[in-house]
Amino acid sequence: MNNIQLIVKNLKKTFNRRLVFDKLSFEVRAGERLVITGKNGSGKSTLIKILAGVMNESSGSFEYIFDSGKIDREDIYKIIGLVSPYLVLYDEFSAFENLKLFAKIRNLKIDDDKINQILEKAGLFNRRNDLVRTYSSGMKQRVKYASAILHDPLVLLLDEPTSNLDIEGKDFVDELVQNFRKDGIVVVATNETQDFKYGQRIINLDDYKNNQSK
Amino acid sequence: MKRAYYIFYKDFSSELRMRFALNALIMFVIVAVSTILFSLANEKVNQNVYAGMFWVVVFFSAMSGLSRTFVSEEERGTTLILSLIANPISIFIGKFLFNLVLLFFINTIIAFLYMILFQDFSIQNWDSFLLAFILGNIGIAGSSTIIAAIISKANVKGTLYPVLAFPVLLPLILMLIEITKSAMEGNPISDVEAELMVLISYDIIMITASVLVFDIIWRD
Ligand SMILES: Nc1ncnc2c1ncn2[C@@H]1O[C@H](COP(=O)(O)OP(=O)(O)OP(=O)(O)O)[C@@H](O)[C@H]1O
Ligand SMILES: [Mg+2]
Repeated sequence: MNNIQLIVKNLKKTFNRRLVFDKLSFEVRAGERLVITGKNGSGKSTLIKILAGVMNESSGSFEYIFDSGKIDREDIYKIIGLVSPYLVLYDEFSAFENLKLFAKIRNLKIDDDKINQILEKAGLFNRRNDLVRTYSSGMKQRVKYASAILHDPLVLLLDEPTSNLDIEGKDFVDELVQNFRKDGIVVVATNETQDFKYGQRIINLDDYKNNQSK
Repeated sequence: MKRAYYIFYKDFSSELRMRFALNALIMFVIVAVSTILFSLANEKVNQNVYAGMFWVVVFFSAMSGLSRTFVSEEERGTTLILSLIANPISIFIGKFLFNLVLLFFINTIIAFLYMILFQDFSIQNWDSFLLAFILGNIGIAGSSTIIAAIISKANVKGTLYPVLAFPVLLPLILMLIEITKSAMEGNPISDVEAELMVLISYDIIMITASVLVFDIIWRD
Protein backbone atom coordinates (compact mmCIF):
# COMPACT_ATOMS: atom_id res chain seq x y z
CA MET A 1 0.00 0.00 0.00
CA ASN A 2 1.43 3.32 -1.07
CA ASN A 3 1.22 5.70 1.80
CA ILE A 4 2.24 9.31 2.04
CA GLN A 5 2.71 11.06 5.33
CA LEU A 6 3.87 14.54 6.28
CA ILE A 7 5.58 14.94 9.63
CA VAL A 8 6.43 18.42 10.91
CA LYS A 9 8.49 18.64 14.08
CA ASN A 10 9.26 21.78 16.03
CA LEU A 11 9.42 23.85 12.88
CA LYS A 12 10.67 27.39 13.27
CA LYS A 13 11.13 30.19 10.76
CA THR A 14 12.69 33.58 11.30
CA PHE A 15 13.56 36.29 8.79
CA ASN A 16 16.68 37.91 10.16
CA ARG A 17 15.49 38.57 13.71
CA ARG A 18 11.76 38.49 13.11
CA LEU A 19 10.08 35.33 14.29
CA VAL A 20 7.37 34.07 11.98
CA PHE A 21 6.42 30.88 13.81
CA ASP A 22 8.00 28.54 16.30
CA LYS A 23 7.45 25.09 17.80
CA LEU A 24 5.11 24.10 15.01
CA SER A 25 4.47 20.36 15.05
CA PHE A 26 1.80 18.37 13.28
CA GLU A 27 1.28 15.27 11.20
CA VAL A 28 -0.82 14.77 8.12
CA ARG A 29 -1.64 11.31 6.84
CA ALA A 30 -2.73 10.07 3.46
CA GLY A 31 -6.28 11.14 2.75
CA GLU A 32 -6.25 14.02 5.23
CA ARG A 33 -6.99 17.61 4.32
CA LEU A 34 -5.52 20.33 6.53
CA VAL A 35 -6.35 24.03 6.68
CA ILE A 36 -3.77 26.56 7.84
CA THR A 37 -5.10 29.90 8.92
CA GLY A 38 -3.90 32.99 10.77
CA LYS A 39 -3.78 36.75 10.45
CA ASN A 40 -2.10 38.54 7.54
CA GLY A 41 1.61 38.09 8.02
CA SER A 42 1.21 35.11 10.36
CA GLY A 43 3.34 32.96 8.06
CA LYS A 44 0.87 30.88 6.08
CA SER A 45 2.59 31.47 2.77
CA THR A 46 5.98 31.02 4.41
CA LEU A 47 4.91 27.62 5.73
CA ILE A 48 3.57 26.60 2.33
CA LYS A 49 6.89 27.50 0.69
CA ILE A 50 8.83 25.54 3.28
CA LEU A 51 6.60 22.50 2.82
CA ALA A 52 7.09 22.80 -0.94
CA GLY A 53 10.84 22.59 -0.37
CA VAL A 54 11.60 25.92 -2.01
CA MET A 55 12.44 27.83 1.17
CA ASN A 56 14.65 26.73 4.03
CA GLU A 57 13.33 26.41 7.55
CA SER A 58 15.34 28.04 10.36
CA SER A 59 15.21 25.03 12.65
CA GLY A 60 13.17 21.96 13.34
CA SER A 61 12.28 19.57 10.56
CA PHE A 62 9.64 18.37 8.19
CA GLU A 63 9.63 15.24 6.16
CA TYR A 64 7.50 13.41 3.67
CA ILE A 65 7.41 9.69 4.25
CA PHE A 66 6.35 7.50 1.37
CA ASP A 67 6.20 3.73 1.58
CA SER A 68 8.00 4.05 4.93
CA GLY A 69 10.96 5.78 3.25
CA LYS A 70 11.85 9.43 3.62
CA ILE A 71 11.65 11.47 0.41
CA ASP A 72 14.90 13.27 -0.31
CA ARG A 73 14.93 17.03 -0.18
CA GLU A 74 15.78 17.33 -3.85
CA ASP A 75 12.94 14.99 -4.85
CA ILE A 76 10.18 16.78 -2.97
CA TYR A 77 9.24 18.80 -6.04
CA LYS A 78 8.16 15.61 -7.76
CA ILE A 79 5.33 14.93 -5.33
CA ILE A 80 4.15 18.53 -4.78
CA GLY A 81 1.55 20.52 -6.64
CA LEU A 82 1.37 24.15 -5.56
CA VAL A 83 -1.06 26.94 -6.34
CA SER A 84 -0.62 30.40 -4.87
CA PRO A 85 -1.07 34.06 -5.78
CA TYR A 86 2.70 34.66 -5.92
CA LEU A 87 3.28 31.78 -8.32
CA VAL A 88 4.02 33.28 -11.73
CA LEU A 89 4.04 31.24 -14.92
CA TYR A 90 5.96 32.09 -18.07
CA ASP A 91 3.72 34.68 -19.65
CA GLU A 92 5.55 34.77 -22.97
CA PHE A 93 4.19 31.27 -23.59
CA SER A 94 0.62 30.04 -23.94
CA ALA A 95 -1.07 27.84 -21.34
CA PHE A 96 -0.47 24.85 -23.54
CA GLU A 97 3.20 25.69 -24.07
CA ASN A 98 3.69 26.21 -20.33
CA LEU A 99 2.24 22.81 -19.51
CA LYS A 100 4.13 21.15 -22.32
CA LEU A 101 7.40 22.65 -21.11
CA PHE A 102 6.71 21.62 -17.53
CA ALA A 103 5.94 18.08 -18.67
CA LYS A 104 9.22 17.96 -20.61
CA ILE A 105 11.28 19.43 -17.78
CA ARG A 106 9.65 17.06 -15.30
CA ASN A 107 10.38 14.20 -17.67
CA LEU A 108 6.75 13.07 -17.68
CA LYS A 109 5.48 10.68 -20.26
CA ILE A 110 2.29 12.45 -21.20
CA ASP A 111 1.07 13.40 -24.64
CA ASP A 112 -0.68 16.49 -25.98
CA ASP A 113 -4.10 14.91 -25.52
CA LYS A 114 -3.54 14.56 -21.81
CA ILE A 115 -2.46 18.22 -21.59
CA ASN A 116 -5.54 19.30 -23.52
CA GLN A 117 -7.67 17.21 -21.21
CA ILE A 118 -6.25 19.00 -18.16
CA LEU A 119 -6.77 22.39 -19.82
CA GLU A 120 -10.32 21.41 -20.64
CA LYS A 121 -10.92 20.52 -17.00
CA ALA A 122 -9.53 23.89 -15.94
CA GLY A 123 -11.86 25.62 -18.38
CA LEU A 124 -9.09 27.01 -20.54
CA PHE A 125 -9.37 24.84 -23.61
CA ASN A 126 -10.65 27.61 -25.88
CA ARG A 127 -7.86 29.97 -24.93
CA ARG A 128 -5.10 27.39 -24.59
CA ASN A 129 -3.01 28.82 -27.41
CA ASP A 130 -3.13 32.45 -26.28
CA LEU A 131 -0.16 33.84 -24.41
CA VAL A 132 -0.58 33.72 -20.63
CA ARG A 133 0.16 37.45 -20.48
CA THR A 134 -3.15 38.09 -22.23
CA TYR A 135 -5.11 36.16 -19.56
CA SER A 136 -7.25 37.62 -16.81
CA SER A 137 -6.10 36.95 -13.25
CA GLY A 138 -8.76 34.29 -12.80
CA MET A 139 -7.57 32.56 -15.94
CA LYS A 140 -3.99 32.73 -14.72
CA GLN A 141 -5.15 31.13 -11.49
CA ARG A 142 -6.69 28.32 -13.55
CA VAL A 143 -3.44 27.68 -15.43
CA LYS A 144 -1.70 27.35 -12.09
CA TYR A 145 -4.16 24.64 -11.13
CA ALA A 146 -3.52 22.90 -14.41
CA SER A 147 0.24 23.01 -13.81
CA ALA A 148 -0.18 21.83 -10.22
CA ILE A 149 -2.00 18.63 -11.19
CA LEU A 150 -0.06 17.94 -14.38
CA HIS A 151 2.28 15.43 -12.73
CA ASP A 152 -0.39 13.79 -10.60
CA PRO A 153 1.19 14.86 -7.30
CA LEU A 154 0.67 13.18 -3.94
CA VAL A 155 0.56 16.48 -2.07
CA LEU A 156 -1.45 19.52 -3.02
CA LEU A 157 -0.45 22.81 -1.37
CA LEU A 158 -2.97 25.56 -1.96
CA ASP A 159 -2.35 29.12 -0.80
CA GLU A 160 -5.47 31.29 -1.00
CA PRO A 161 -7.02 28.75 -3.36
CA THR A 162 -10.08 30.71 -4.41
CA SER A 163 -8.58 34.16 -4.86
CA ASN A 164 -9.60 35.73 -8.18
CA LEU A 165 -11.94 32.90 -9.04
CA ASP A 166 -15.56 33.24 -10.11
CA ILE A 167 -18.28 30.85 -8.95
CA GLU A 168 -17.45 28.40 -11.68
CA GLY A 169 -13.78 28.56 -10.74
CA LYS A 170 -14.61 27.98 -7.09
CA ASP A 171 -16.68 24.98 -8.08
CA PHE A 172 -13.70 23.70 -10.03
CA VAL A 173 -11.50 23.99 -6.94
CA ASP A 174 -14.16 22.33 -4.78
CA GLU A 175 -14.33 19.45 -7.16
CA LEU A 176 -10.56 19.23 -7.46
CA VAL A 177 -10.04 19.05 -3.70
CA GLN A 178 -12.95 16.67 -3.28
CA ASN A 179 -11.77 14.33 -6.00
CA PHE A 180 -8.08 14.63 -5.22
CA ARG A 181 -6.50 11.22 -4.84
CA LYS A 182 -7.59 9.55 -1.64
CA ASP A 183 -4.03 8.45 -0.92
CA GLY A 184 -2.87 12.07 -1.11
CA ILE A 185 -2.58 15.08 1.18
CA VAL A 186 -4.08 18.54 0.74
CA VAL A 187 -2.90 21.55 2.73
CA VAL A 188 -4.88 24.77 2.26
CA ALA A 189 -3.65 28.13 3.58
CA THR A 190 -6.44 30.64 3.77
CA ASN A 191 -8.19 33.44 5.61
CA GLU A 192 -11.50 32.93 3.89
CA THR A 193 -13.90 31.20 6.27
CA GLN A 194 -15.64 29.73 3.26
CA ASP A 195 -12.44 27.84 2.43
CA PHE A 196 -12.37 26.17 5.85
CA LYS A 197 -14.68 23.51 4.46
CA TYR A 198 -11.73 22.05 2.56
CA GLY A 199 -10.12 20.72 5.72
CA GLN A 200 -10.99 18.31 8.45
CA ARG A 201 -8.58 20.03 10.75
CA ILE A 202 -7.51 23.67 11.20
CA ILE A 203 -4.18 24.97 12.44
CA ASN A 204 -4.04 28.63 13.40
CA LEU A 205 -0.54 30.04 13.08
CA ASP A 206 -1.35 32.86 15.49
CA ASP A 207 -0.90 30.22 18.20
CA TYR A 208 2.76 29.70 17.30
CA LYS A 209 4.01 33.23 17.67
CA ASN A 210 6.09 33.27 20.83
CA ASN A 211 8.21 30.90 22.79
CA GLN A 212 5.76 30.52 25.66
CA SER A 213 2.87 29.13 23.67
CA LYS A 214 2.81 25.46 23.23
CA MET B 1 20.48 15.62 -18.28
CA LYS B 2 17.24 15.53 -20.25
CA ARG B 3 15.68 17.84 -17.69
CA ALA B 4 18.59 20.26 -18.01
CA TYR B 5 18.22 20.18 -21.75
CA TYR B 6 14.56 21.17 -21.53
CA ILE B 7 15.38 24.02 -19.16
CA PHE B 8 17.87 25.16 -21.75
CA TYR B 9 15.18 24.73 -24.38
CA LYS B 10 12.73 26.83 -22.35
CA ASP B 11 15.26 29.65 -22.02
CA PHE B 12 16.16 29.39 -25.66
CA SER B 13 12.54 29.65 -26.86
CA SER B 14 11.92 32.42 -24.39
CA GLU B 15 14.98 34.29 -25.65
CA LEU B 16 13.81 33.94 -29.25
CA ARG B 17 10.53 35.59 -28.28
CA MET B 18 11.66 38.15 -25.76
CA ARG B 19 15.29 38.91 -26.62
CA PHE B 20 16.16 39.61 -22.98
CA ALA B 21 19.86 39.13 -23.51
CA LEU B 22 20.52 39.07 -27.22
CA ASN B 23 19.59 42.66 -28.10
CA ALA B 24 21.64 44.07 -25.25
CA LEU B 25 24.59 41.92 -26.25
CA ILE B 26 24.54 42.77 -29.92
CA MET B 27 24.23 46.49 -29.20
CA PHE B 28 27.14 46.26 -26.81
CA VAL B 29 29.33 44.46 -29.30
CA ILE B 30 28.57 46.94 -32.06
CA VAL B 31 29.29 49.95 -29.84
CA ALA B 32 32.46 48.47 -28.35
CA VAL B 33 33.97 47.29 -31.61
CA SER B 34 33.20 50.47 -33.51
CA THR B 35 34.62 52.63 -30.69
CA ILE B 36 37.83 50.66 -30.85
CA LEU B 37 37.82 50.84 -34.63
CA PHE B 38 37.48 54.64 -34.70
CA SER B 39 39.96 55.32 -31.93
CA LEU B 40 42.61 53.12 -33.53
CA ALA B 41 42.06 54.28 -37.09
CA ASN B 42 45.41 54.75 -38.83
CA GLU B 43 47.32 54.29 -35.56
CA LYS B 44 50.09 51.79 -35.60
CA VAL B 45 49.65 49.78 -32.40
CA ASN B 46 51.43 46.78 -31.08
CA GLN B 47 49.77 43.61 -32.28
CA ASN B 48 49.51 42.35 -28.73
CA VAL B 49 47.10 45.12 -27.87
CA TYR B 50 44.49 43.42 -30.05
CA ALA B 51 44.72 40.19 -28.09
CA GLY B 52 43.94 42.11 -24.92
CA MET B 53 41.26 44.20 -26.55
CA PHE B 54 39.53 41.12 -27.92
CA TRP B 55 39.11 39.51 -24.49
CA VAL B 56 38.16 42.80 -22.87
CA VAL B 57 35.22 43.09 -25.25
CA VAL B 58 34.35 39.44 -24.61
CA PHE B 59 34.49 40.02 -20.84
CA PHE B 60 32.23 43.05 -20.88
CA SER B 61 29.75 41.57 -23.32
CA ALA B 62 29.50 38.55 -21.01
CA MET B 63 28.90 41.01 -18.17
CA SER B 64 26.13 42.78 -20.02
CA GLY B 65 24.25 39.70 -21.16
CA LEU B 66 24.81 36.59 -19.11
CA SER B 67 23.34 37.78 -15.83
CA ARG B 68 19.90 37.86 -17.46
CA THR B 69 19.45 34.09 -17.05
CA PHE B 70 18.65 34.26 -13.35
CA VAL B 71 17.89 37.94 -12.91
CA SER B 72 15.02 37.85 -15.39
CA GLU B 73 13.47 34.86 -13.61
CA GLU B 74 13.82 36.64 -10.27
CA GLU B 75 12.44 39.93 -11.59
CA ARG B 76 9.45 38.33 -13.23
CA GLY B 77 8.76 36.13 -10.23
CA THR B 78 9.13 32.86 -12.12
CA THR B 79 11.85 31.52 -9.81
CA LEU B 80 9.19 29.70 -7.79
CA ILE B 81 7.68 27.77 -10.68
CA LEU B 82 11.18 26.86 -11.85
CA SER B 83 12.11 25.41 -8.47
CA LEU B 84 8.81 23.53 -8.41
CA ILE B 85 9.49 21.67 -11.63
CA ALA B 86 13.17 20.77 -11.42
CA ASN B 87 15.96 20.05 -8.99
CA PRO B 88 18.74 22.61 -8.53
CA ILE B 89 21.37 20.68 -10.47
CA SER B 90 19.24 20.47 -13.62
CA ILE B 91 18.45 24.16 -13.28
CA PHE B 92 22.12 25.08 -13.00
CA ILE B 93 23.16 22.90 -15.93
CA GLY B 94 20.29 24.17 -18.08
CA LYS B 95 21.17 27.79 -17.39
CA PHE B 96 24.87 27.07 -17.93
CA LEU B 97 24.14 25.50 -21.32
CA PHE B 98 22.07 28.51 -22.30
CA ASN B 99 24.83 30.93 -21.34
CA LEU B 100 27.38 28.77 -23.12
CA VAL B 101 25.45 28.81 -26.38
CA LEU B 102 24.84 32.55 -26.09
CA LEU B 103 28.50 33.17 -25.38
CA PHE B 104 29.71 31.05 -28.31
CA PHE B 105 27.32 32.87 -30.60
CA ILE B 106 28.33 36.36 -29.47
CA ASN B 107 32.05 35.61 -29.27
CA THR B 108 32.09 34.13 -32.73
CA ILE B 109 30.60 37.40 -33.96
CA ILE B 110 33.21 39.39 -32.04
CA ALA B 111 36.06 37.27 -33.39
CA PHE B 112 34.68 37.57 -36.89
CA LEU B 113 34.38 41.37 -36.61
CA TYR B 114 37.95 41.63 -35.29
CA MET B 115 39.29 39.59 -38.18
CA ILE B 116 37.63 41.62 -40.87
CA LEU B 117 38.05 45.04 -39.27
CA PHE B 118 41.56 44.85 -37.83
CA GLN B 119 44.25 43.62 -40.20
CA ASP B 120 46.65 43.22 -37.29
CA PHE B 121 44.34 40.77 -35.55
CA SER B 122 45.52 37.78 -37.50
CA ILE B 123 45.76 34.37 -35.92
CA GLN B 124 48.75 32.33 -37.10
CA ASN B 125 48.26 29.29 -34.92
CA TRP B 126 44.61 28.33 -35.11
CA ASP B 127 44.93 25.25 -32.92
CA SER B 128 45.91 27.14 -29.83
CA PHE B 129 43.50 30.01 -30.49
CA LEU B 130 40.52 27.69 -30.97
CA LEU B 131 41.40 25.69 -27.87
CA ALA B 132 41.64 28.89 -25.86
CA PHE B 133 38.38 30.11 -27.38
CA ILE B 134 36.50 26.93 -26.44
CA LEU B 135 37.99 26.52 -22.96
CA GLY B 136 37.61 30.25 -22.33
CA ASN B 137 33.93 30.25 -23.26
CA ILE B 138 33.27 27.29 -20.98
CA GLY B 139 35.05 29.01 -18.10
CA ILE B 140 33.34 32.36 -18.63
CA ALA B 141 29.91 30.72 -19.00
CA GLY B 142 30.45 28.67 -15.83
CA SER B 143 31.55 31.59 -13.66
CA SER B 144 28.96 33.94 -15.11
CA THR B 145 26.16 31.49 -14.41
CA ILE B 146 27.00 30.99 -10.75
CA ILE B 147 27.64 34.69 -10.20
CA ALA B 148 24.31 35.48 -11.89
CA ALA B 149 22.63 33.08 -9.47
CA ILE B 150 24.25 34.86 -6.52
CA ILE B 151 23.34 38.37 -7.61
CA SER B 152 19.78 37.45 -8.57
CA LYS B 153 19.25 36.94 -4.84
CA ALA B 154 20.86 40.27 -3.93
CA ASN B 155 19.11 43.64 -3.87
CA VAL B 156 21.57 45.54 -6.04
CA LYS B 157 21.47 43.32 -9.09
CA GLY B 158 22.96 45.29 -11.98
CA THR B 159 26.00 46.95 -10.50
CA LEU B 160 27.20 44.02 -8.48
CA TYR B 161 27.80 41.77 -11.44
CA PRO B 162 31.08 43.08 -12.90
CA VAL B 163 32.36 43.73 -9.39
CA LEU B 164 31.95 40.10 -8.41
CA ALA B 165 32.87 38.70 -11.79
CA PHE B 166 36.07 40.64 -12.31
CA PRO B 167 38.24 38.94 -9.66
CA VAL B 168 36.80 35.54 -10.53
CA LEU B 169 37.41 35.92 -14.26
CA LEU B 170 40.70 37.83 -14.10
CA PRO B 171 43.03 34.78 -14.00
CA LEU B 172 41.07 33.25 -16.85
CA ILE B 173 41.21 36.39 -18.98
CA LEU B 174 44.95 36.77 -18.38
CA MET B 175 45.61 33.21 -19.58
CA LEU B 176 43.39 33.75 -22.60
CA ILE B 177 45.29 36.90 -23.55
CA GLU B 178 48.62 35.09 -23.23
CA ILE B 179 47.51 32.23 -25.45
CA THR B 180 45.95 34.57 -28.02
CA LYS B 181 49.16 36.61 -28.21
CA SER B 182 51.16 33.47 -28.76
CA ALA B 183 48.68 32.28 -31.40
CA MET B 184 49.00 35.60 -33.22
CA GLU B 185 52.77 35.31 -33.21
CA GLY B 186 52.46 31.85 -34.69
CA ASN B 187 54.21 30.05 -31.84
CA PRO B 188 53.66 26.31 -31.56
CA ILE B 189 50.97 25.06 -29.22
CA SER B 190 53.59 23.51 -26.92
CA ASP B 191 54.62 27.04 -25.89
CA VAL B 192 51.27 27.59 -24.19
CA GLU B 193 50.83 24.13 -22.75
CA ALA B 194 51.03 25.44 -19.20
CA GLU B 195 48.41 28.11 -19.86
CA LEU B 196 46.09 25.59 -21.48
CA MET B 197 46.44 23.32 -18.46
CA VAL B 198 45.49 26.22 -16.23
CA LEU B 199 42.42 26.84 -18.39
CA ILE B 200 41.34 23.22 -18.15
CA SER B 201 41.79 23.19 -14.37
CA TYR B 202 39.95 26.49 -14.07
CA ASP B 203 36.97 25.12 -16.00
CA ILE B 204 36.81 21.91 -14.02
CA ILE B 205 37.17 23.62 -10.64
CA MET B 206 34.70 26.38 -11.51
CA ILE B 207 31.98 24.05 -12.71
CA THR B 208 32.38 21.54 -9.89
CA ALA B 209 32.37 24.26 -7.25
CA SER B 210 29.37 25.93 -8.86
CA VAL B 211 27.29 22.77 -8.90
CA LEU B 212 28.16 22.25 -5.23
CA VAL B 213 27.25 25.74 -4.01
CA PHE B 214 24.29 26.31 -6.30
CA ASP B 215 22.03 24.19 -4.13
CA ILE B 216 22.67 26.50 -1.17
CA ILE B 217 22.26 29.71 -3.15
CA TRP B 218 19.09 28.55 -4.84
CA ARG B 219 17.02 27.80 -1.72
CA ASP B 220 17.20 30.93 0.39
N1 LIG C 1 11.38 37.03 1.92
C1 LIG C 1 11.05 37.59 3.10
N2 LIG C 1 11.96 38.35 3.76
C2 LIG C 1 11.66 38.90 4.96
N3 LIG C 1 10.49 38.75 5.57
C3 LIG C 1 9.54 38.01 4.98
C4 LIG C 1 9.78 37.40 3.71
N4 LIG C 1 8.66 36.72 3.36
C5 LIG C 1 7.78 36.92 4.36
N5 LIG C 1 8.30 37.69 5.33
C6 LIG C 1 7.63 38.06 6.59
O1 LIG C 1 7.16 36.87 7.20
C7 LIG C 1 5.90 37.08 7.78
C8 LIG C 1 4.91 36.06 7.25
O2 LIG C 1 4.64 36.31 5.88
P1 LIG C 1 3.66 35.41 5.04
O3 LIG C 1 3.63 35.92 3.66
O4 LIG C 1 4.03 34.01 5.24
O5 LIG C 1 2.27 35.70 5.74
P2 LIG C 1 0.83 35.18 5.36
O6 LIG C 1 0.29 34.51 6.58
O7 LIG C 1 0.86 34.40 4.13
O8 LIG C 1 0.03 36.53 5.14
P3 LIG C 1 -1.20 36.86 4.18
O9 LIG C 1 -2.43 36.46 4.91
O10 LIG C 1 -1.13 38.35 4.03
O11 LIG C 1 -1.00 36.14 2.90
C9 LIG C 1 5.53 38.52 7.49
O12 LIG C 1 5.83 39.29 8.64
C10 LIG C 1 6.43 38.93 6.38
O13 LIG C 1 6.76 40.29 6.49
MG1 LIG D 1 0.04 34.64 2.20
